Amino acid sequence: MTNKAPANEKKHLILRLWKYIKPYKLLAFAAFALTVLSNILSLAGPLLSGYAIDVIEQGIGKVDFNSVIKYILLMAAVFALSSVLSYILSIIMIKIGKSIVYSIRNDVFDKLSNMPVSFFDRQKAGEVISIISYDIDTVHSLISTDIIQISTSIVTVLGALVMMLAICPRLVLIFAVTVPMFALYTRMRIRKVRPLYRERSQQLGRLSGFGEETITGQKTVKAYNREGYMLSRFDGINEDATKAAFNAEYLGSITGPVANFFNNSSIALVCTFGGLLYMAGAITLGNISSFVLYSRKFAGPINEFANILSDLQSALAAANRIFSLIDASPEKPDTPDAKTLDNVEGNIEFKDVSFSYDYSVEILDSVNFSASQGTITAIVGPTGAGKTTIINLLMRFYDQQDGVISLDGVDIQKLKRDNLRSHYSMVLQDTWIFHGTIYENIAYGSKGATRKEVEEAAKAVEMHKYIMSLPNGYDTVISDNGSNISKGQKQLLTIARAMLSPSSILILDEATSNVDIVTELKITKAMNRITKGKTCFVIAHRLSTVENADNILVIDKGKIVEQGTHKNLLKQKGLYEKIYSSQFIK
Amino acid sequence: MKIFLSYILPYKFKITLQMIIKFAGTIFDLLIPWILSYIIDSVVAGGNKKGVYFWGFLMLICSAGALTFNIIANRMAARTSCDITEKIRHDLFAKIMSLSCRETDEFTQPSLISRLTSDTYFFYQMLLRMQRLGIRAPILLIGGCIVTLMLDAKLALVLISLLPVLAVIVLFISRKGIALYTKVQQAADILVRAIREFMSGIRVILALSTKKYETERFKKANELAAKAEQKAGYVMAVSNPTMSFLMNIGLILVIGAGAYLVNKGDTQAGKIIAFMTYFTIILNAMMSITRIFVMLSKGTASGGRIAQVLQSEDEIKYIIEQEKEQDDAFSHIEFRNVSFSYKGVTNALSGISFKIEKGETLGIIGATGSGKSTLLMLLLRFYDANSGEILIDGINIKSIEKEKLYKKFATVFQNDILFSDSIGDNIKFGRSAKPGDMMKAAKAAQASFIYEKDGQFGHKLDIGGRNLSGGQRQRIAIARALIKEPEILLLDDVSSALDYRTDSRLRRALEKNYVKTTKIIVSQRASAVMNCDNILVLDNGEIKGEGTHDELLSSCFLYREIYEIQMGGAAI
Repeated sequence: MTNKAPANEKKHLILRLWKYIKPYKLLAFAAFALTVLSNILSLAGPLLSGYAIDVIEQGIGKVDFNSVIKYILLMAAVFALSSVLSYILSIIMIKIGKSIVYSIRNDVFDKLSNMPVSFFDRQKAGEVISIISYDIDTVHSLISTDIIQISTSIVTVLGALVMMLAICPRLVLIFAVTVPMFALYTRMRIRKVRPLYRERSQQLGRLSGFGEETITGQKTVKAYNREGYMLSRFDGINEDATKAAFNAEYLGSITGPVANFFNNSSIALVCTFGGLLYMAGAITLGNISSFVLYSRKFAGPINEFANILSDLQSALAAANRIFSLIDASPEKPDTPDAKTLDNVEGNIEFKDVSFSYDYSVEILDSVNFSASQGTITAIVGPTGAGKTTIINLLMRFYDQQDGVISLDGVDIQKLKRDNLRSHYSMVLQDTWIFHGTIYENIAYGSKGATRKEVEEAAKAVEMHKYIMSLPNGYDTVISDNGSNISKGQKQLLTIARAMLSPSSILILDEATSNVDIVTELKITKAMNRITKGKTCFVIAHRLSTVENADNILVIDKGKIVEQGTHKNLLKQKGLYEKIYSSQFIK
Repeated sequence: MKIFLSYILPYKFKITLQMIIKFAGTIFDLLIPWILSYIIDSVVAGGNKKGVYFWGFLMLICSAGALTFNIIANRMAARTSCDITEKIRHDLFAKIMSLSCRETDEFTQPSLISRLTSDTYFFYQMLLRMQRLGIRAPILLIGGCIVTLMLDAKLALVLISLLPVLAVIVLFISRKGIALYTKVQQAADILVRAIREFMSGIRVILALSTKKYETERFKKANELAAKAEQKAGYVMAVSNPTMSFLMNIGLILVIGAGAYLVNKGDTQAGKIIAFMTYFTIILNAMMSITRIFVMLSKGTASGGRIAQVLQSEDEIKYIIEQEKEQDDAFSHIEFRNVSFSYKGVTNALSGISFKIEKGETLGIIGATGSGKSTLLMLLLRFYDANSGEILIDGINIKSIEKEKLYKKFATVFQNDILFSDSIGDNIKFGRSAKPGDMMKAAKAAQASFIYEKDGQFGHKLDIGGRNLSGGQRQRIAIARALIKEPEILLLDDVSSALDYRTDSRLRRALEKNYVKTTKIIVSQRASAVMNCDNILVLDNGEIKGEGTHDELLSSCFLYREIYEIQMGGAAI
């Protein structure tokens, strides 16, 4: 995640954070009211205890125990009430915080689900994970603990200021010097510290990204005994992250003691000048004493604020990262007049389609072909010839630069993407299994598939027997990196998944590459039955899979070099024949 | 949690020094109000102008002292917590890398990721805050108690007798908190999993139009996480009001007792007033201590999760075997009656025995799920066989050190992982290699396409090499395996992503250029194994046939069937 610093960032960020708080502004207001109330109650305590002491002061043998007990009971009631209020307050704040975190996380995920496929090819999952966990957490702690603290301290500060002005405006002049000085200092400090917090967030993301990638490849790392190498790379990143954390932490935490220093010295000045004023007869001793008392009340929140300031910076840096993901440019939106197609027949046509990733090396060059409803089109050719790219364009994972692809005669650029994709189902060589039961994995993508249908699909891919041999049968939980199921079996499950799907076009991209030939043949037969009426695209190296195709496209270096049925192509004695016969060479 | 002592102890002097400095800073801080009351009560009231200057100046010195010491102490706290965390992260990553496959399955990858990232972060937060805040509050608490004891021991005892009750409550709540925060982190694991699965499965998700379903799934995980956080928050939030209520009850008791004592003539009302001032200090200290306990609970929960990984016992156990002379009498690799099952589920392999001589090529063929890959996993000691022995050069692999064992192998897994580095870095994989070696390996791996990429070996790969085709990825993985001329080469179904011509060229290059390397080729294709010196036919975890291609054609029905289908016999 690159962290560009937007110019108007701070106000902008706070404004955006406010949007999340806004729905709960009533609750937030209630919380605010509660704080004020419990503050007032906390004042009642000392008052009552004062009364009690007045009674006690009567001295030996004269204490009126009845009134002492009365005050004591009153105090107990006040304290109990204040505790209850403060608990309610915490609950409200936790609730607000939770709801905000919940909706920010959902927004991040929503954004994620609207990103183009190319985004996922470059974005490390670990970095997104770090945004979802660390960055959102940081924002959370700011909102749930600090905001109320800031808002209540404003009340205290204002109150104390009024009282101080009432007592001795001349002494307030001291604060008129020190407070702006402190404000100026904080401004400078923030400017220095903010990039440090941003750096910390970023480095943590990097660490998470690397960690995730390496843990994903753990088996490979082990097999090559490269743990040391990976560890040394991790150490480098870890060191950077630690350095960034230290800088942010250390320089950010300076503000606290500095604020304290400003306050302490202000009070020292108040005391000194107050003393001088008293000696000059300008104020009374009682005045100094209460002025000092109020100035401590005045300074306290400033102190707190300074401490919160570093939290605020760290939260803003985190928010910046969150929003830069939320703001990343999504998949190009559908054109406003984009159509939807229902009841698709499945006639596909490529007309002069050219494509290159990153506009560099051309991957597809003027590709023309058509596939009509219910036919099987096979795509063969050497590795890297551009076979998978055709699929990428069909699904609009990427958009071609030139030419037209049409579905049932409609340019797919003019269709809503979601609608277009809903007509396909797909099996890839890289199987994708999610953490869930076998049943859930097969039924995935077919809403309302019954148990029976799932079992039928599993039977069609020759997996039923194996599944039933597991202690929990279809309810066995599997996961992508789990070892209780082999790669080939995972492929079979994903084929069953695609078979169940009601869509009218089926894409099999090396779908049976890890499956043995005998099983594959059986599946192919079942497939023919199930896919009747569906338009199929098959990419396979194993030509036994493609022999029965209605049309075989032979692709080489981004161009269709031959096209026809198995028999015709063999007769042409071109590339296809060469590839075909290579199956038999020793 | 004891394990963390070994991380913290090396810093004991630094931490002690930090505490002393923080202590000094706090004392300066506390001196200021004391001087303040002294100035007002004695100096100013006495009209001593010089005294006012003097004590005012002293206050400034004290605030400067507090500033300096606090900054230094904070800096040291940041330093030590960062350093300790760095060390823990290092060890945790190292440990994760060395976990056995079974353990990884058990912890699950998403959980390991969140332990490495967010748990270490929370632990760090705890270390930091403890050092920063953990000094002042106890000083105030203890100091406050001592002063009140000196004021009036009887009254103080009333208050102090409450402290054990408070301690019990704090401990109880934080104990609950640890359990709840552990649940919060477990919920976070599920979020991590949701993100990972979504990001790796995006193509399938789009193709099956299950975006809505995935969003719902994420929402559910999100809700679970938010609820867990909320619950932990609710419980931890109990501590603060309870503490302050109980402390205030203590104050009430003091007033009540005070009334009694004053009535009896044992104490004076003035003492009770002074008592109340100190009481406020003690109360505030207690409140900070409860806040520290919240942090402590969260950090401890995360620490527990980290410790679980760090302390998981090294699964790989070595058996001690007498040194045997490296003797030609031994086969290079031998399986002796090996059986294995994943977690006790039906045998994945049973009674496997075979031998491979140095430089020979063994082919393994069999149906999906017949145990081919499992066999390689056992040879690599990713799992240990339940019974039987696996020998390399006559030595049980269980007695060979991990490093030594893995040095012998180069492996290409099915759809093997590439990292988002350059092609060259992927092939070298952190091993020193001359450019010539890399080119040679790429040539043998039939990866000449590299030269067509911009930057060639410097060409940067996307996540998992997704900017390459499946076959290209496979060939880079093969080049990675070949670069060091391995002693044993394991190819797990590598031909699946290669077209036949590339596959056969690859096999010929292996035969020609890697004569000394012992090779095991696992494949679905008869053509990939038919030239091997020996072929095993696996079915349901058992060897159903063994021999050369010609032998198997006549002796093994299964093999013949596979071969005929592939060669078009059954299809035509």
